[in-house]
Order: sequence, then C-alpha cells, then structure tokens
Amino acid sequence: MVKESADRKLCLVVDDSRIVRKVARRILEDLKFDMAEAGEGAEALAWVRTVMPDVILLDWNMPVMDGLEFLRQLRREPGGERPKVIFCSAENDLDRIRQALTSGADEYIMKPFDGDIVASKLALVGVL
Amino acid sequence: MTPQDRELIARLCADRAGLAIDPDKAYILENRLGSVARREGFGSVHEFVAAVRDRDEERLIWAAVEAMSPAETAFFSEPRTLERVVGELLPELARRRGGGPLRLWAAACGAGQEVYSLAMALDESPPAGASIELFGSDLSEQRLEKAQAGLYSQFEVQRGLSAQRLVRHFEAAEDGFALCLRVRQTVRWRRVNLMDDPARLGQFDLVLCRNVLGYLAQDARARVLANLQRTLAPDGWLVLGENEAAPGLNKAPGRRGFYRKQPSTRAVA
Repeated sequence: MVKESADRKLCLVVDDSRIVRKVARRILEDLKFDMAEAGEGAEALAWVRTVMPDVILLDWNMPVMDGLEFLRQLRREPGGERPKVIFCSAENDLDRIRQALTSGADEYIMKPFDGDIVASKLALVGVL
Repeated sequence: MTPQDRELIARLCADRAGLAIDPDKAYILENRLGSVARREGFGSVHEFVAAVRDRDEERLIWAAVEAMSPAETAFFSEPRTLERVVGELLPELARRRGGGPLRLWAAACGAGQEVYSLAMALDESPPAGASIELFGSDLSEQRLEKAQAGLYSQFEVQRGLSAQRLVRHFEAAEDGFALCLRVRQTVRWRRVNLMDDPARLGQFDLVLCRNVLGYLAQDARARVLANLQRTLAPDGWLVLGENEAAPGLNKAPGRRGFYRKQPSTRAVA
C-alpha cells in the first residue's frame, strides 16, 4: 500500500527481496519519504501508471522484468522522465554502473547499503 | 578506560593539537582508540593508555592524538562550497595572477576525500590559463598514508561521490576502488599540525579548512585561524565549513564559510 501525504516525496522501491524492501522502507521513512513497493519491474510499471513517484530505488536482477527493462519502459511512459532513478544492486562492476547511467539512471547504489549511503545518493539526485 | 585514562588522553590532545575532547564521552574515546590499541598490539584501550602514560613515548602519544583528531570521511562534502571555489574563486584568482601558478591547500584533508574532491572538480573544470599546485595535509600519518594510496572501500566511495564521478575517476581494485593516477598525482602531501608555525609551507592563494575549528578548544581555534591567515596570499581566500566563522577576516557576502584576508594584515604577510 502506498502511504501518501501532501508535502512528502514518494519513493518506489523495486526489489524482489522482501528484506531489502523492508530495510529501504525503514531508511526512507526515517528520511520522511512516503513509500510504495514492488517486487519486480512489471509490478513497478503498474504502480507508475497509477502514481508517478518522485524517486525510484531499483534493483537490477529481478524475475519477470529486470531493472534495466523497467527503466527503458518507464522513460517511455507519460511523465516517466520525471522520477529520479537510483539503481540499487549487488553488481559493483564499473562497467555495469556505466551501463546503468547510460540507460538513463540518475545514480547507483552498490549493495549492501546503509542510511548514510541512501541519504547521500538522494541528496545527489536533488530529492533530499 | 578509567576516568584517569580519559583525562590523560583529553589533556594530551589539548596540549599537542588543541583538540577539545570531552573526557566524559567514554564511547567516543573507546571507539577511536580501539583500532590504535589493536594496531599497536595491546589487548585493550586501557593497556594502550597505560603504555602512553608509563613509557612517555612520542610515537605512542601521537598515535593517540592523531586517532582523536577529526577527519572528513565523505567526498564532496558541502558541494556548493566546492562549486564556488572551482567555478568562481579560482577563475578570478587566475585572472589576477595572469597565468602564474595558483597554490591551494586542503589543510585537514583526512584520508584524502577532501583534497581529492577538489582535485576531481579541477580535473573536470580546470580554471583557464592557470596552473594549479594542490597540497593536502593532515595531522594523522595513518590517514595520509591511506590518502596517498587513493584506495577506498565500496562504502567510502558511496558517501558524497556521484556514480558519474566514480566511473570517471576510479578504477576497480582488489578491495574496492582506486582513484586514477591522473588525479592522484596532482596532489602533494605533508603532515601538518595546524597549531604549529606554518611558515615553512609558503603562501597559498586558497586554503580549505572545513569543519575542523569546531573540534578545537577556544584558544587553539584562535591560534589555528591566525596560522591559516599567515599562509594566505594578500588577496587569498580561507574557506571554512558553511557554519563556521573566522573572526578578524572579511566574510564574503552571500557565501557562507568564505573569508578573504583583511587589508590590514597584508603588510604583515
């Protein structure tokens, strides 16, 4: 369920790990974000067609639709250029990070992450 | 650590480096000194402090003081300040110098994040017509060694550093990421205690000393500020943290943390 209030930014966390989603939710709620969750890219696309979030924390490897394919489709959606997209993946290879950036991601977090890293990246993309 | 251990460390830090350490904050002392105690082969922080007291060895005393000294651990901290330095101050100084070298000093550069942030920004946007001499210093030999190696963990490169800058300036290393040689070799290093007379360092066009003064005792803060002023060229800039003040220097309007040397001190410089 999405919890929304007027003056808070909405973050969609897309990850097939419930644990990662739970950790991200705790960090982001502490940072005063409203939260939505999806377990893979197709579910996330359904979300953004209902409510376009301000920022998306996006896993790379997921079943059904992976992060890269979701990002391509998101950017083709009406208003889909607006959300800041932060890839959040266990992939720490510089070539993979380059690929994410050239595919339209705004930032990249290498897992595991903590609150400081998430806050730092949110500030870098201008939503904190 | 006993209360006497903490009092001793706080006194040494004040005497040697002007640091204001609260001896009642046991967890901070334990935390900072724990790794030093292990590195020096002691079974506990208490044993380490006992050796500091009993042996009266300069090396051990400084190991304790250096561990307690503050250090910036994030890249591009207060990014607007660095943007102004690179985009406004340095081009103006470069015009004034007419092609002469600009000497810049990151006075408490920690494990390199502070000075390398400036080095990366300069690599991306070098001021036209100026050559840059960039110096990094810190009180801690340990941190300087790490800085010179330019090796950072996955956690460290995600604090303040954008992914764009990571892929542009870093290479994969065995246990993390290595800053590329092109940027690393633009920085020269020196261990500097900001309480000491800085005359040997020469004059600088810009000194960065961000978020350090707040960790110093009041009299030490005045002494360090006076020392930093003495290293400034007549029209040089002192750049502090956004919330820090430098009494006696000209504050630049609308730019938090930016101070320019006062005309009255020019004759002395």
